[in-house]
Amino acid sequence: MIDHERSTAMDQADTSAMIDVQQLARRFGELEAVKDVSFAVGEGEVFGFLGPNGAGKTTTISMLTTLLQPSSGRARVNHYDVVRQRSEVRRSIGLVFQQTTLDETLTAEQNLRFHAYAYGVPSDVRERRLRELLSMVELWDRRASKVRTYSGGMKRRLEIARGLLHHPRVLFLDEPTLGLDPQTRRRIWEYLAELRAREGLTIFLTTHYMDEAEQADRIAIIDHGRIVALDSPTGLKSGVGGDMITIATGDGDAAGEEIRSRYGLSPSVADGTVSFHVPAGEAFLPEFVRRFSQPLEAIGLRRPTLDDVFMHLTGREIRDPEGELQAQAPADRMEWRR
Amino acid sequence: MTELYRGLWVVAYRDILGFLSDRFRIVASLTFPLLFLAIFGAGFSNVIGQMAGGIDIVQFMYPGIIAQVVLTTSLFAGVSIVTDREVGFLREILVAPLSRTGIVLGKAAGAASIALLQVLILLVIAPIVNVPLDVETVLLLVPTVVVLSLVLSGLGIVIGSFARSQQGFQLLMQMLVFPMIFLAGVFFPVDSVPLWMEVASKINPVTYGVDAIRQIFLGSGPAGAGLGVTVLGHTMSLVEELALVGALGAGLVAAAIWAFTRQE
Repeated sequence: MIDHERSTAMDQADTSAMIDVQQLARRFGELEAVKDVSFAVGEGEVFGFLGPNGAGKTTTISMLTTLLQPSSGRARVNHYDVVRQRSEVRRSIGLVFQQTTLDETLTAEQNLRFHAYAYGVPSDVRERRLRELLSMVELWDRRASKVRTYSGGMKRRLEIARGLLHHPRVLFLDEPTLGLDPQTRRRIWEYLAELRAREGLTIFLTTHYMDEAEQADRIAIIDHGRIVALDSPTGLKSGVGGDMITIATGDGDAAGEEIRSRYGLSPSVADGTVSFHVPAGEAFLPEFVRRFSQPLEAIGLRRPTLDDVFMHLTGREIRDPEGELQAQAPADRMEWRR
Repeated sequence: MTELYRGLWVVAYRDILGFLSDRFRIVASLTFPLLFLAIFGAGFSNVIGQMAGGIDIVQFMYPGIIAQVVLTTSLFAGVSIVTDREVGFLREILVAPLSRTGIVLGKAAGAASIALLQVLILLVIAPIVNVPLDVETVLLLVPTVVVLSLVLSGLGIVIGSFARSQQGFQLLMQMLVFPMIFLAGVFFPVDSVPLWMEVASKINPVTYGVDAIRQIFLGSGPAGAGLGVTVLGHTMSLVEELALVGALGAGLVAAAIWAFTRQE
């Protein structure tokens, strides 16, 4: 915003990054919620932040959005330090939280106006932007209705519109589509794609939905407070070991032996079902079918998903009910502490 | 500085807007005092009739009811912090580029404005209950309502900042704040009650705010009219009472800023 303020913050590290995190850590008493996390997000990038509940996602996002002080390390958002230049960071970011943060007793328009006043948006910009965003999320016709009367999907759309009202450079989305129906989720992604194309918005996203994470340019996977992988979705998936082929035949053991000796693979056999990994399944299959000596009853090819990546890296499903229960309590409490 | 000023006005604006768009709250906030006045007035006037100084019970109670509206409305500043936290809206306020001090001052200013608005509406019934009303009364009433409001909003915000749930807040309110309101001489002259109650009432700072409002309407009155609280032989004048309540209000708002900033 003001040049001399900026320059003091840009004394080191990746100066072009919109989010620059170095050795960030946060402790809550004995619990180390985030340990030594470092990454950088470029301008216009969609950055996915994945992990089971309690892995440190919410703690990290709270530190990046100035709601929580780091125990050590540093983070900059839009080149501003999240501790020393809190106001500048707040002005640079838009936030959409898991839980709604709307005043349901007010109308959609009143909620947006409040936000514009709070961020000091000039009045001529305010009315234009308000109309543009409410139209984009298809709530313009319902602008005078109290938010109380909105459905869950409408509320989330309104929050996204509100988060963008003050022209933020970085939009933080914490589980933005949790609990929404697939149609609404798709619509929300369409808006985000539109905004990214038009305003060069940088998006930082945490999510449980793997198909949603696929929208990201790069994904960081966090587990037990540490980043265990950081790559593009394709890169992460190729790290799992390629496509999985599953065949069903009369004699599973014999089929397994044939595959082992011919291709040097180590298939897993369960009754008549044999499965194994190959780097490129489509090219492998025609040749395999031609040469295979036994009658094939069924054949299946499955590409690795981010679920597989996640399972591979953390040994857990991303929706780990146990992890959720253990970790939810401290995460909730700390959001309000400073 | 701009973040302090902006925090003050946006938070006050939103609380006033919330009050104005909630018809139930407006109606309820005016119905209760009127009901009190009608029922207590009708019930007591035959029993008590005229009090000393030619003041009847309804005239005595009317300023008390005005004070009570100020007290209960101002508590809402603290209630709203707890509610906002529960519904999540507090986070929208906290991530905005606003100073914490500004937010607290905004809560206090919003509560004072809403209290003032209700008091001005209640003035309409002054002629009906034979309470004299002139420009001077109204001009004196405005600052008095504001300082008395600050006492309760400051206290409410301190409690609201620490309370983690609506239940916890309610519990603290019932233990600490409701006795303050009941012992403040809203319904009875504090000089004509059992000694323990008189002592409790005179220790209670809110008593002086209530009495200040009563003196504004009814004058200092002759001795025994229940006007002007007598402490250790000294009868408090309006100016003294205002100074006392004002100092306390300023102190509690400062405590509220400290509590809120520390917690959030």
